[in-house]
Amino acid sequence: MTTKSEVNVVKGSTRRKSLRITNFFKKLLGNWSGFVGFVIIFLLIIISIFGKQIAPYDPMYTDFTKKLLPPLTEGHLLGTDQLGRDVLSRIIVGARVSVIIGLVTVLVAGTFGTIVGIISGYFRGWIDVVLMRIVDVQLSFPFILLVLVVSAITGTGLRNIIISLAIGGWVIFARVIRSEVLAIREKEFITACVATGVKRSHILFKHILPNLITPIIILGSLQIATYIIAEASISFLGFGVQPPAPAWGNMLSEGKDYIFSSWWLITFPGIAILITALGVNLFGDWLRDTLDPEFVE
Amino acid sequence: MSKERLLSVSGLKKYFEISQGMFKPKIVVKAVDDVSFDIYKGETFALVGESGCGKSTTGRTILKLTEPTAGEVLFKEQNIAKLSYETMRKLRSQMQMVFQDPYASLNPKKTIQQILMEPLNVHKKFEPHERLNKIIDILKVVGLSEAHLHRYPHEFSGGQRQRIGIARAVILNPDFIVADEPVSALDVSVQSQVINLMLEIQKKLQLTYLFISHDLSVIQHMTDRVAVMYLGRIVEIANTEELFASPKHPYTQALLSAVPISHPKEKRERIVLEGDVPSPANPPSGCTFHPRCRFASDICKQIAPSAVAFSDTHMATCHLYNLEGEKK
Repeated sequence: MTTKSEVNVVKGSTRRKSLRITNFFKKLLGNWSGFVGFVIIFLLIIISIFGKQIAPYDPMYTDFTKKLLPPLTEGHLLGTDQLGRDVLSRIIVGARVSVIIGLVTVLVAGTFGTIVGIISGYFRGWIDVVLMRIVDVQLSFPFILLVLVVSAITGTGLRNIIISLAIGGWVIFARVIRSEVLAIREKEFITACVATGVKRSHILFKHILPNLITPIIILGSLQIATYIIAEASISFLGFGVQPPAPAWGNMLSEGKDYIFSSWWLITFPGIAILITALGVNLFGDWLRDTLDPEFVE
Repeated sequence: MSKERLLSVSGLKKYFEISQGMFKPKIVVKAVDDVSFDIYKGETFALVGESGCGKSTTGRTILKLTEPTAGEVLFKEQNIAKLSYETMRKLRSQMQMVFQDPYASLNPKKTIQQILMEPLNVHKKFEPHERLNKIIDILKVVGLSEAHLHRYPHEFSGGQRQRIGIARAVILNPDFIVADEPVSALDVSVQSQVINLMLEIQKKLQLTYLFISHDLSVIQHMTDRVAVMYLGRIVEIANTEELFASPKHPYTQALLSAVPISHPKEKRERIVLEGDVPSPANPPSGCTFHPRCRFASDICKQIAPSAVAFSDTHMATCHLYNLEGEKK
C-alpha cells in the first residue's frame, strides 16, 4: 500500500511537471508578442555564450587601411569603426557584457531587495519604518544619477558596474515585494497556518515565499531591460566597460564623434540595445499576464 | 451529556483601535465586549447573530488568532489568553479551526497532500512513513480519495474544498474545533453534506464544536446550546430546544421570527427589526439593543441590563424581566 502510493507520488509529480512545461510552450506559441520576446532572449543568450565563435572577425583587430568603411563593403556587413574594427563582431561579442550585467544584477538586486521587502512586510513595526524610509530616500534620486555616483566611487570594470547597478536597483524590489507580503500575510490561509500551529519561520519560507515567486519573476524580467540600458548609459558616459573591450554602451560613446560622417557606428549598437530591451519587456509582459490566474486572454 | 468543562471564556474583550489621522482621537471599536460562556466536553455550542456582531472575532480570539484585549480563556483549565506564540503553537494540535471561506483558506500553491501533511509534520504526529496513509484515511472520511492527493485547491469545488478544510482540522485528532460559518459560503445542497459530515466526525472522534453561524435552521439542526450575540455582547444563552421554544430576549424573538416556516397554513407573528445594527464604534447607551427594540422603555436607554436566569441553562440580559425571571 505504502510503496504503491509512493510510486504514484513520484509519477504524479513528474507527469505534472512535464505537463506544465508543454503547457508553457503551448501558451507561448499562442501569444505573438510573448513568442517574439522569447526568441529574442533565446538568440541573445546563444550569442553571448558563443560570441567569439560566431563573430566573423576578431573584435579587437585594428586595421587602419580599412577604417570607417560603410556597411556592406569589403565583407564588413555593418561596416568598420574609426580603428578599422568590424562593427558586427564587436556587437556580437559585446552582447555578453549586456547579458551578464542584466542577469547578474537582477540576481543581486533581486535577492537583496526581496529580503528587505520580506523583513519589512512580514515583521512590520519599527524595522519596516526604518527600511522604507531608506527606500524612500533612495527613490527620490534618479536611478542613473545614483548609479553614476556609486560607480564613480567603486570604479570601472564589470564587477563594479554590477555592484553600482544593484545598489541603485534593489529598492524597486524591496517596495514591490513588501506590498506583496503585506497582501499575502492577511490571507486566510496564513491564518489557517497559525491555527494549525506552524512555526513563524516556516510560515515565512514555506507559505509566503512560494507565493512571491510570480511577482519576483515578473519584476525581474522587466528590470533586466532597465539594467542593460543603464549599463549602456554609464558605459557611454565613460564609467562602464573600458575600451578597447567591446560593449554596446562604449561603442555608442566612441561612435558619437563620427555621428555626422559615419552613422553606422552608433546606429547598430543602438538597435541592438533597443531589440534586447524590447525582447525582455515583451517576454516580461507576457509572463505577467500568463502567471496571473485572474487574467483572461 | 457529560458536564465536564472543556473551555471557559470569561470577560473576554477585543477592542480594535482605528486611527483617523494624526490629530484626531482614535476610534475604539468594541468588537467583543465582556463575553463569558462555558463549553462542555462533547457538545456543540453555537454563537449566532447578525453579521458584524463579533461572533467571528470571538471565535478567533479564543484560538488566539487575534490577541484578546482583556479576559480569560481557560482551555482544560489552563489560561491560554496570555500564552506566547511558541507555547500556544504546541497546544494548537488540540484546538483547530474550520474557516468560513474555503476559497481563501487553502494555499493555492500547495497540493492537497502538502496541505494535509503540514499539521502532521508540525506536531510530529505518527511515524513519518505512516503519515501518507493517515492522510488517505482522512480523505476517505471526508468523502475524497487517494486520487485527489496531487491536485491543487483550485481544481476542487467549494464543497470539496471545505471538506479538505475539515480534514485539515481533524487530522490531528483535536478535542475542540471552532467552525466559523463553515457552510455559509456553500450552496444549500452542499451545506447539508458538510454539516452531516461534521456531525459524523464529531461522533467518531468525540469532538467539541464552537459553531459560529447566522443560519438558525442549521443551528437548530446541529447544536446543543446557543448563545445569541448582539453588538459584541451575549444577550441570551440557552439550550437549543429551550431557546427555539421560548426565546426571552426581544432580539432573539425577532431573529427566530425570521426563520421560514415549513407549513403554509401555520401562522406566526413576524417581528421586523427597524434600522441597521448601530456601529460598534459608537454603541447606544444602556442596553445596546434599545433603539431597535419594540419594548424599549426609559430604563433601557440609561442602564445596561444584567443577566436574568430563567433556569439553570437559560439566561438573558433584558430589563423586561425581574431577577426571578418573571415578566415585569
